[in-house]
Amino acid sequence: MSGPLRAQLGAELRILVRNGEQLLLTIIIPVLVLVFFGLTDVLPSDLDDHMDFLTPGVIALAIMSTAMVSLGIATGFERNYKVLKRLGVTPLGRPRWLAAKTLTVMVVEGVQLALLVPIALALDWNADEARWLLALGAVGTGTVAFAGLGLFIAGRLRAEVNLAAQNGLYIVLLLLGGMVVPFDELPSGLEAVAKYLPSGALADVLRDALVGAGSQPHTSWIVLGAWALAAPIAAALTFRWE
Amino acid sequence: MTTSDASSFRGTRLASKGIENVVEVDGLVVRYGRGDRAVTAVDGVSFAARAGQVTAVLGPNGAGKTSTIEVCEGLRRRTAGSVRVLGLDPAGSRSDRASLHRRVGVMLQEGGIYPSARPIDTVRQYCGLHSGSATSSPDELLEMVKLTDRRRTPWRRLSGGEKQRLSLALALTSRPDVVFLDEPTSGVDVNGRDTIRSIIRSLTERGCGVILATHELDEAERIADRVVIFDHGKVLVEGTLDDVRKARQAVRLRTARPLPLADMPASIADWLHEVEPGHYTIEDAPQGLVAALAVWLSEHGIDVIELRAGVASLEDVFKKLTGGES
Repeated sequence: MSGPLRAQLGAELRILVRNGEQLLLTIIIPVLVLVFFGLTDVLPSDLDDHMDFLTPGVIALAIMSTAMVSLGIATGFERNYKVLKRLGVTPLGRPRWLAAKTLTVMVVEGVQLALLVPIALALDWNADEARWLLALGAVGTGTVAFAGLGLFIAGRLRAEVNLAAQNGLYIVLLLLGGMVVPFDELPSGLEAVAKYLPSGALADVLRDALVGAGSQPHTSWIVLGAWALAAPIAAALTFRWE
Repeated sequence: MTTSDASSFRGTRLASKGIENVVEVDGLVVRYGRGDRAVTAVDGVSFAARAGQVTAVLGPNGAGKTSTIEVCEGLRRRTAGSVRVLGLDPAGSRSDRASLHRRVGVMLQEGGIYPSARPIDTVRQYCGLHSGSATSSPDELLEMVKLTDRRRTPWRRLSGGEKQRLSLALALTSRPDVVFLDEPTSGVDVNGRDTIRSIIRSLTERGCGVILATHELDEAERIADRVVIFDHGKVLVEGTLDDVRKARQAVRLRTARPLPLADMPASIADWLHEVEPGHYTIEDAPQGLVAALAVWLSEHGIDVIELRAGVASLEDVFKKLTGGES
């Protein structure tokens, strides 16, 4: 790893740790959701074991929190504070800035998985049929899609508007994304839309990979892949550094 | 390291390369927007800044100073014209830009730092970003800008002057051959200004070119070797500080109360340029005018606070050229 990349990655991680709201969003909320719904079994799932529905959904929620909301809000404020402008006159360069952001997201996602999977297992989730490589592929593709969305929003809006937009989208995708509310519990019009959102597609492919219970895994892979292609392109075309 | 020995913290590279002009701007045009809504911020600007000197870029708000400097820094695209920094094009090839990022120090007018970041972490980060260049240690840089005691205080809790000094330290992490400072003394107290002036002097002593954009004419007059005065996107005057001031031989008059110009004889009043009420200048005064003015003031009981012939102050020149804006 080059010196500038190592320096920027260190700065990103230090800022992340010093921002309590980021840790709340990326670590504490997913863990609380998993523990609460894991212990109470109140989610309206058709699956025999409610943990088979809940675990992939919470992992999808965690990925969305990190790759879209946390990344998007932090980047929006960095634009506002002119941090990106200042970095623009250092040897860092945009590719290494993007690499530092990517590695930061990967570190946080690693921590999330290292916490969520053992907690799910402790709550009697049976992972015997999990296809972990496929699940990691889904996490990677979902990360690219959500990061593209987060940067697309952060790259155009003022910091405060971006903050509201990211949080609003987080709630919408959480409720419509098949993460904690199954698609078939949604009104029919919303169900059709939800399956084509990146959150719904990620939850579905993760459910297929981890417990073999995806509702339309092939279609969801195509949908997620399309978001992973379109969102970063849109972000790259519209992003304003200042 | 202290400010007194700050000059020793860099070697000189420019002299050995024979570079005299660290910045050369020729016919620069910067336009924002398109069509009917296009605004010309910089309109055919040309000037040069030299190694080992402080070049102050002066002008009222909206004069085009920051746009010009940001083109030189590579942060903004130019519409037309030529810009060379250390002989390289800031908007040129990737290797040109990479070379400039290693050799150019930049201090933004404001911001540029995470509010929750501590000075020591930020300076370490920037030293790491410039890890390919010779750099001072983070502790030396904080000592130089007198922030050692505040090294663990988050940026948002630093005073305005401390923020400026931290920003200056970041501009110096890269062993720069040219430094762009945008309003470096804005909001800085007297001691902080002394520190910043001392650092600027140490930079020029080792051959670094300093380009200083400022509103503060007193500050420019204290430390600049050359001045470039902007207004409405154009350069009104460029030259050494002494040349610019001497070009405006002037009599300076300060009175205890504003003069009733309309009631004064036209043979006197027509020569008076009102910088502000109670403060006047007379350029190229004809023989006998000053004596006639002194008599008239005495006859009308108007006390004179100052009546002095000589070179104009930078403020006089600036206000005369820009119509009084500052």
